Amino acid sequence: MIEWLLLVLLAIGVSFNLLASIGILRFPDVYTRIHASTKCTTFGTIFIVLAAVTYSGYNWRLTRDVAWVTMGVHSALVLIFLVLTNPVGAHALGRAARKSGIRPHRAVIDELEGRL
Amino acid sequence: MSFTTSFLWSLIVYLVLTAGSGSILLWSPEELIAGIVIAALIGYATRNIMSERLDYFFNPKRWVLFIIYALGPFFLAMARANLDVAYRVITGKIRPGIVRISPNLTRDESRTLLANSITLTPGTFTLEIDEEGNFYVHWINVPPGKEKPTPEELCGYLPKWARRIGE
Repeated sequence: MIEWLLLVLLAIGVSFNLLASIGILRFPDVYTRIHASTKCTTFGTIFIVLAAVTYSGYNWRLTRDVAWVTMGVHSALVLIFLVLTNPVGAHALGRAARKSGIRPHRAVIDELEGRL
Repeated sequence: MSFTTSFLWSLIVYLVLTAGSGSILLWSPEELIAGIVIAALIGYATRNIMSERLDYFFNPKRWVLFIIYALGPFFLAMARANLDVAYRVITGKIRPGIVRISPNLTRDESRTLLANSITLTPGTFTLEIDEEGNFYVHWINVPPGKEKPTPEELCGYLPKWARRIGE
């Protein structure tokens, strides 16, 4: 039973990460690629980490071994730090790209023109 | 006061990281002592940088609202964002542009929260915030005629939540 739940969570996570990789290959410029890489990897990794947390919670209930609690808490922390740092990294990459003069591909409007 | 804020933060993070190491509740005595010493050192070293007030950061109302926001509206918006990006990855339909919004947030904390939320939600990511609090956002699919959007047109209910939690 638990295997199926883990399988579903892992499948969702891996497919979103795969989608992010396809997006990085398919999109035309750095900004749209950042879209694919930040959103999909965060969301996909949430599900992979959820699988890890579920597995450690299940094993903790079976064995009452504190090591499983440690593993679950650490996995959850990975998730929190990922959600906190991923947008910051995206912002830094995008701002640096714009500052070094890369224009968005086929942009209909660019409010940052001449501001950075 | 600023010492206390960063001391408490570091101690909480340390305790969460070492949960399950021993028998006093969940921690061993060595870890507790090490945690207090390290947190005190960090608190002393960052006392001039961390100028935030204690009652701002440890206000339980903010925390409850933040957890509700993270699990409910934010997670929903993130799921929508991923389906949206999935659609654009497969079809390749994009109409990108960098737009400006003025959500009128005054505090750095609420601006950070909104900027990070915008980055993780449908089709948008924050490139820059200027001194007046205007956000410059890369929008992957600008609808025709929406080149000067209001914050609500760009990101829905997110500014409302950022104001509720952070201001």
